Amino acid sequence: MYKYDPIDQQIVNERVAQYRDQTRRYLAGELTDEEYRPLRLQNGLYIQRHAPMLRIAVPYGLISSKQLRKLGDIAKKYDRGYGHFSTRQNLQLNWPKLEDTPEILAELATVEMHAIQTSGNCIRNITTDQFAGIAPDEIIDPRAIAEIMRQWSTFHPEFALLPRKFKIAVSGTEKDRAIVQAHDIGLEFYKDVQGQMAIKVWVGGGLGRTPILGTVIREHLEWQHVLSYCEAVIRVYNIHGRRDNAYKARIKILVKALGIEEFKRQVEEEWAHLKDGPLTITQNELDRVAKYFEPMPYKTLPAHDAAFDAAVASNPAFAAWVKRCVQPHRVPGYRAVTLSLKPHGKAPGDITSEQMHVVADLADAYSFGELRSSHEQNLILADVQVSDLFAVWEKAREAGLATPNIGLLTDIICCPGGDFCSLANAKSIPIAEAIQMQFDNLDYLYEIGDLELNISGCMNACGHHHVGHIGILGVDKDGSEWYQVTVGGKQGNDASIGAVIGPSFSAEEMPGVVQRLIEVYVRERQDDERFIDTVRRLGVAPFKAHVYAEKETA
Amino acid sequence: MSQLIQLAADGQASIVADTWTRIVPPAAGEESVRKQAGKVVLFKLTGEQTYTAEQIANTEIPATGKILVPLTIWQARKAELQSRLAAGELGIILATNETAEALQAEFTDLNTLPLIAVFVERFADGRIFTLGNWLRTRFGFKNELRAIGDVLRDQLFFHKRAGFNSFLIRADRSAEDALASLNDFSQPYQGGVADVPVWRRVNRA
Ligand code: HEM
Ligand code: SF4
Repeated sequence: MYKYDPIDQQIVNERVAQYRDQTRRYLAGELTDEEYRPLRLQNGLYIQRHAPMLRIAVPYGLISSKQLRKLGDIAKKYDRGYGHFSTRQNLQLNWPKLEDTPEILAELATVEMHAIQTSGNCIRNITTDQFAGIAPDEIIDPRAIAEIMRQWSTFHPEFALLPRKFKIAVSGTEKDRAIVQAHDIGLEFYKDVQGQMAIKVWVGGGLGRTPILGTVIREHLEWQHVLSYCEAVIRVYNIHGRRDNAYKARIKILVKALGIEEFKRQVEEEWAHLKDGPLTITQNELDRVAKYFEPMPYKTLPAHDAAFDAAVASNPAFAAWVKRCVQPHRVPGYRAVTLSLKPHGKAPGDITSEQMHVVADLADAYSFGELRSSHEQNLILADVQVSDLFAVWEKAREAGLATPNIGLLTDIICCPGGDFCSLANAKSIPIAEAIQMQFDNLDYLYEIGDLELNISGCMNACGHHHVGHIGILGVDKDGSEWYQVTVGGKQGNDASIGAVIGPSFSAEEMPGVVQRLIEVYVRERQDDERFIDTVRRLGVAPFKAHVYAEKETA
Repeated sequence: MSQLIQLAADGQASIVADTWTRIVPPAAGEESVRKQAGKVVLFKLTGEQTYTAEQIANTEIPATGKILVPLTIWQARKAELQSRLAAGELGIILATNETAEALQAEFTDLNTLPLIAVFVERFADGRIFTLGNWLRTRFGFKNELRAIGDVLRDQLFFHKRAGFNSFLIRADRSAEDALASLNDFSQPYQGGVADVPVWRRVNRA
């Protein structure tokens, strides 16, 4: 992974000093709340329901064992001994004290970490596929460009105060796992007819209050021009994006208002001035950064391991875990392991300090000391030898990190919701926990198969409910908490936004509602159709009919 | 004590006396407060009108001295201001909701203006940075480019890198304190108006 040179380190150190002074001035009354707000937000600090919340950047989801241990120690020293992995691959602390945040950032800087631009109206952490660099279906590893873009966007002088936040995702695989279509800019890397690295550029996607999937603004962009092109897009947005209404301020609204053709015309006009200028990435710079993402020093291994095969055959629990939590790797004899942060009945994405240490140790022992976080809020050991899988499983299981539910109904994506977030209409974590308990039967879960269930506590959609096969959204009705249910949302290349099935439900009804949705699926599915396929084939009607029929007779 | 920070050609910052008189139109009536869903709208959209005809007509302009005039006033009253321009006593204020093109349309050579100021009503309005950048790189403006309005120290580093070389710090804040923020970072990653990206600036290999 990328390692800081003295320039990177100096920037982060200077940031700590700057923020320390800003916080001092705020506490001394020299800065108003309104003036301090964008400053703290651009250092990841929200003021929340019970306490501030600090969002620490995990650039494109890559983290070292040393960094994870540090996060564990920070969570212990300054918080309540746990952290929460978010849907943007970052780590959030829910209970730090504002006065401590400069010190936390100083500690992070010692392990090449920061909280820069994890919030606020600026370019946010760039996200990607958690299997970047190892996925068998990967065409281009986008991480070197992602790192170059991270540096370019860090304290960008022109884009420090945009109309609204700006999120970029990069992906270089056949099967999109980074939801590029749900980002302000999505960069899809591919090899063009000349065999050169090129980029398909999507613009104007986003979830939130007005869910919109992105539109292709450019089919073919040479990688050298990615910075100048993004700069042109964001410049047009910076000038013309709405600032009068926060709910209409995302670039998606501007793109819709102008129409993609006119928006594109303005971008191209702007780009004509920037193209081939100093922003053009040189081969030298790409090579400098790319050398940090070279393949690991893999051993030459046989594709099969007899002891592993025997363990799978004789141990059903291990076999179940292998089926759900072990993913393919491009190098023979290696696999990726997803450590589930979704044990049934616990807040999805939460991890204790002790678990962070266990995971860091696992990474050191079995996966070159590196980890990835996924937007599904799990952790990944990307480079495990097949012969080590059994040992990894035993240790992960002991630490509660081996729930074999990856990709299943209980692998729920869930925002912090009403327990923590002051914007929430309703709680989301207790709903996730109740659903997990309702389906706390692995055989039944396997029987249901691949299913994504996403929960957000309000229309800001931090839990990506729009793209869940089943989406649950907290709504407010006369001051009490209700839940609206959608089906048919999907992430990936064929992304779609879910359709509402009808009037909302109370918290107690929710596990039953999900149960009934599943009943329809089990009744109607053909062959090995997944839940989402059945919804796409049949539409919302049969689901709606069954859910509300039960409701009336109940 | 002056509120004006100026960068010398060598980048050295100092607090200097402000020799320009800023021309401010009289306030508009109550009815000009815009609301949306009961909330006051804080930002004007790009292209929105800055002052009403009445405000422009009622603006008093002193007969002598260096004057800094809003673009809309220049547009409406350029006949009476022409001699000031010729004497090098005219600077123009561009508001963040106005466009650099509108300014260019008025002055074929922007460098006949000794001073252009960009007025930012609220510090969180980042259009000022793009405007600064455009004026320097696209429109070739070489003279003094000043940030005025809600100008606070925590944005100065960005203003500087977006091409501004003078900063009128908001009246209730210390310009002296603000000086320090101009040097928050010693080796920024990306290019700015006056420099190139770090990988072109230094050898990082
Ligand atoms: C608890 C404090 C949090 C607050 C106050 C908060 C606030 C918000 C707001 C206001 C938005 C909507 C922005 C817009 O539509 O422009 C948003 C979007 C989002 N949040 Fe959060 N959030 C919080 C926690 C989280 C967490 C923990 C995650 C990850 C699990 C998360 C992930 C996201 C994502 C992915 C979006 C983007 C949806 C989109 O594409 O528009 N947020 N958040
Ligand atoms: S979706 Fe709403 S409730 Fe959930 S974290 Fe985001 S803002 Fe808070």
